[in-house]
Amino acid sequence: MTAAVEARGVVKSYQAHRALDGVDLTVPTGTVLGLLGPNGAGKTTMVRVLTTLLRPDAGDVRVAGYDVVTQSADVRRSIGLSGQYAAVDESLTGYENLYLVGRLYGFKAAAARDRARELLALFRLEQAASRLLRTYSGGMRRRLDLAGALVARPPVVVLDEPTTGLDPRSRLDTWEMVRRLVDDGASVLLTTQYLEEADVLADSIVVIDRGRVVERGTSDELKARVGSERLEIVVADRADLPELVRVLTEVGAAEPVVDDHLRRAHVLVHVGPKTLVEALNRLDARDVRVLDVSLHRPKLDDVFLMLTDRADEGEDS
Amino acid sequence: MTAVVKVAVDGWMIAWRNLLHVRRSVDWAFAAVVQPVMFVLLFGFVFGGLLGGAAYREYLLAGILVQTLAFNSAFTVIGLSTDLRKGFIDRLRSLPMSGVSVMVGRTLSDLAVSVVAMLVTCLCGLLIGWRVRGSFLDAVLAFLVLLVFAFAMSWIGALIGLISPSPEAAQSAGLIWLTPLTFVSSGFVPEESMPGPLRVIAEWNPLTAVINAVRELFGNTVPGLDVASGSWPDDHALAYAWLASLVIVAVFVPLSMRAYRRVAAR
Repeated sequence: MTAAVEARGVVKSYQAHRALDGVDLTVPTGTVLGLLGPNGAGKTTMVRVLTTLLRPDAGDVRVAGYDVVTQSADVRRSIGLSGQYAAVDESLTGYENLYLVGRLYGFKAAAARDRARELLALFRLEQAASRLLRTYSGGMRRRLDLAGALVARPPVVVLDEPTTGLDPRSRLDTWEMVRRLVDDGASVLLTTQYLEEADVLADSIVVIDRGRVVERGTSDELKARVGSERLEIVVADRADLPELVRVLTEVGAAEPVVDDHLRRAHVLVHVGPKTLVEALNRLDARDVRVLDVSLHRPKLDDVFLMLTDRADEGEDS
Repeated sequence: MTAVVKVAVDGWMIAWRNLLHVRRSVDWAFAAVVQPVMFVLLFGFVFGGLLGGAAYREYLLAGILVQTLAFNSAFTVIGLSTDLRKGFIDRLRSLPMSGVSVMVGRTLSDLAVSVVAMLVTCLCGLLIGWRVRGSFLDAVLAFLVLLVFAFAMSWIGALIGLISPSPEAAQSAGLIWLTPLTFVSSGFVPEESMPGPLRVIAEWNPLTAVINAVRELFGNTVPGLDVASGSWPDDHALAYAWLASLVIVAVFVPLSMRAYRRVAAR
């Protein structure tokens, strides 16, 4: 079975600026790929290439088995796009927006009407169906935009920062919709700046920075790469901080990070509980009074910061 | 569904959407309806007294009609440029539809606005004494000449709208060239009254041809205000009017389509 999205060596430059510099990524059918990166990393450029809005300078991109350059019409029939800036029409009602999209996908009038009603119900917008979009809240707008992407039940759905600027409740709703999409057999590529979102939704993650892939894998794999856990210790006396750092250096898997103000230091460790006991024993032996101890599972944020830092160094050298 | 039918249906859908916008926007209705009425009254009664009273008002109407339709091309400019800015065009481009439909839909909906503006102007004309004095068929032909001309102007607007960097820039770019174009014509005063070079420009201005042709077809020729210069455009106003509209369409449709694809690649 062909992958939903298959991109090899995608390059796109704007004058001297290389927005995409040889990106490879694959979305296996029926899975969610999280495309993660800071602002300006090239996420939106990648989305525009995948959705035929932008022609790549180089590289080979196939969506639903079709080439985005030579078979763009087939690609468009197979995708649903929900934009970063909800590209819904302010002067139309919710119903009219969906009806229009349905007709443009080639639905007959009756079919477009039924599908619009069905989606409005699914996205809890029935009450607002005949209100102009400009009266909608941000969350409602986003739901309608997402509904628009699903009108033709496309096998591949591309969501460009679907929850940016949404309140927590609407964000949870959107996540629920994405899960339901995948249950129904769709493949999803979603870009996000929120690590939590990728963690919750994505089967696999690709991290890009400055147009290059800096890491890829499942959320667990990425976390494993920065050490399995984080040990954090707070001492009672500020004078003991250097001693604490020494101990953490001995037992940890990386350089400890110190917060002088809070009399606290933390370090990434491989086997959490064992290292914790070891660290406490050593501190006890050196008469360091410990105020608080905690062991954290690493968050995707740690991975992300580490990866984009490393990319920074690479750029400078 | 064959490709041609799909393009036509999509074009109709886009036109439907654009007309919903017009219906829901006060600005558009104002510009399309109030402006021609205002011009008919201002010119008819401010300059009219000096230029021949009732006879001048009859002479004037063809000029106002053509001016109104020419200015309506600014709707195409602003509409397209705003859709581009707001991401609506991108949304359409991600759908399985042709760019031709987007452009045809836009020019057709603007044509519908022009029809309304034309009817309002004529009604206003009737109120101040303008009449169709020619045959019924000639009048139908006159309206046809006007509509084809409006459609052609709309495609010039489409190109401006697509290449403008912003809706604000588009708005001024869409209007600035229209004022001299409409005034240096036979719309308000006979071109014979203009000094040398200006008269030549006015004679060859395609708007003059459309105005003269329409004036003649309506039977609104007025002794003393009329053309008899013997130049080719004056003697072949109707032919030149058709030719000008067709040339504009032939040049600006491909240019606009190319601009649409360019914008697409940004």
